[in-house]
Amino acid sequence: MSQPVAPVRHVLIEGNKTYHNISEDLCVPTEKAPSREWILAFSLSAAFLGLYIFAVTWTIWKGIGEWGANRTINWAWDITNFVWWIGIGHAGTLISAILLLFRQRWRTGVNRAAEAMTIFAVMCAGQFPLIHMGRLWLAFFIFPFPNTRGPLWVNFNSPLLWDVFAISTYFSVSLLFWYTGLVPDLATVRDRAAGFRKKMYEIFSFGWTGSAKHWQRWESLSLILAGISTPLVLSVHTIVSFDFATSVIPGWHTTIFPPYFVAGAIFSGFAMVQTLMVITRKVLKLEEYITINHIDSMNKVIVLTGTIVGVAYLTELFIAWYSGYIYEQFAFYNRVFGVYWWSYFGMMFCNVVSPQLFWSRKIRRSIWWTFFLSIVVNIGMWFERFVIIATTLARDYLPSSWSYYSPTWVEISLFTGTLGLFFTLFLIFTRVAPVVAIAEVKAILKVAGDQFIGPNAKKSHGHAAHETEKQEKH
Amino acid sequence: MAAESKKVLYGLYNDEEDLKSAVKSARKDHLDVMDVLTPFPVHGLDPIMGLNESRLHILGFIYGAIGATFGFGFMSWALASDWPILFGGKPYWPVPSFIPITFEMTVLFAAWGMTITFYTICGMWPGVKAKILDNRITDDKFCIAFDVTDADEKGVSGLQSFFKKTGAAEVNLKTI
Repeated sequence: MSQPVAPVRHVLIEGNKTYHNISEDLCVPTEKAPSREWILAFSLSAAFLGLYIFAVTWTIWKGIGEWGANRTINWAWDITNFVWWIGIGHAGTLISAILLLFRQRWRTGVNRAAEAMTIFAVMCAGQFPLIHMGRLWLAFFIFPFPNTRGPLWVNFNSPLLWDVFAISTYFSVSLLFWYTGLVPDLATVRDRAAGFRKKMYEIFSFGWTGSAKHWQRWESLSLILAGISTPLVLSVHTIVSFDFATSVIPGWHTTIFPPYFVAGAIFSGFAMVQTLMVITRKVLKLEEYITINHIDSMNKVIVLTGTIVGVAYLTELFIAWYSGYIYEQFAFYNRVFGVYWWSYFGMMFCNVVSPQLFWSRKIRRSIWWTFFLSIVVNIGMWFERFVIIATTLARDYLPSSWSYYSPTWVEISLFTGTLGLFFTLFLIFTRVAPVVAIAEVKAILKVAGDQFIGPNAKKSHGHAAHETEKQEKH
Repeated sequence: MAAESKKVLYGLYNDEEDLKSAVKSARKDHLDVMDVLTPFPVHGLDPIMGLNESRLHILGFIYGAIGATFGFGFMSWALASDWPILFGGKPYWPVPSFIPITFEMTVLFAAWGMTITFYTICGMWPGVKAKILDNRITDDKFCIAFDVTDADEKGVSGLQSFFKKTGAAEVNLKTI
């Protein structure tokens, strides 16, 4: 034991693990044959992926007329889904980057899976701006490159273009961050493998040896990537919020959107991480690495960001009244009492009321409540984007334009299909790469393992063990 | 990165504390350590080894500055000089509009530049075949390695006794 640990620190690795145990437990899921649960889950999500491919082909072949969008409500499920997926992606970067900067050791149990989730979520999100264009084959128009049309440049004033840069940057930087962290762990898998698997992992681990100088550079790179990913994640969802905030529509044209969207993204992202982690830790038997303390910490973030989102909703209502601006006031009156009132109440209940349950320690540390509420939160966040986009467009300045929107089977298939894409990719990830950051967990073993700290500590400075016992009793 | 083979005498330790004291001892005895390898980044090891700090962050800053300049410069040229168009009454050179993309380009260039530099200076790339001393180093063993290609009997036995003195669990000789 080389450093004293404050008695308030939670145990983060249970089961009296040695470094070798950690390698074993975390590599074995990639080495054994897939379990029945995995095969079942994979078949189901692959089926939805197939549905997705069918729906995209249908859309491109027959055109956007196959959707329910019209001239009034020109953005509906497509952009709702886009913002929903991007929001979900933000948790991964937050867990890896921001929690690294805040020196939160508990991030090591969930960061690898959360970053993978980010990459897959951004891949799903990116589908929607592409397919909603209609003439997808002209998608290259949005990139500024020398062309024979003038050369005609793109409109750098438009948030829709800022989105292009923001999302591409976010995707590639997240990929770099995730992969850089993964390389030493792939080396661990490589050194345990044989034959074809060994050859594959040799290629993907880039010749990592574990040299101290390389570790030093690796830590430096991780820290700086974390440092630039943090403003990146904040900027990406801010730019997405600008898609709405820079317009003139009441209910859209509001300066609260950047912090509102960012908090909402973190909120829904953590909820999705919880959904994934609750399942993953059970199926891959990783409860000793993704402990109840990890689940507890993430639920605390959920209750915090859920409360911020709730305060933002109430602020919007207050400002609508306080401003005296009749169009703003109508926009919110319409949300509560108009034709889409059910989506507004869904949003309010799921996002504001339900996460407040996480103030209770018992509920925060309950797997069933966590799983149930994480899904409720994601449903609520979907409703939030739907409320902002579709209900506002349905009732803007000009009553003669007012309309109603219902999704067609194509749009519903596209959305459920992206769920298939997401889960298929995640399931493949759990087979080929270690789901928990092996090297990082080893690095915190001596300050977070249950044989070193906590009520069961063996090599105890007796005082420290007793102190922690008192804490745990609360 | 040489292709010729080397003879390496390496010792494996079971704990990072043992490794750190051994490295300290090696420095005190003025032994020429070829490399120290660990399964995870060991805190406090770098100063004990006398490793210079990485200058990757300086490069990161430079790459970011290049990205910012390129992004801002290109947009300014395209909108203000090459083909000025009135977009919603905004000025031909709309600096506030350029902020988001300039920021993204800064991050993009910094991240990619630093990452590619990192892999290059470490000699790592997809498909690079690493010269692995022992498969357990990425598992749970901590390693100090000495290059003994040109060493004589006395040198090698001196190193053997160093390993014995510092409590190495295993000592091996390997040609890589």
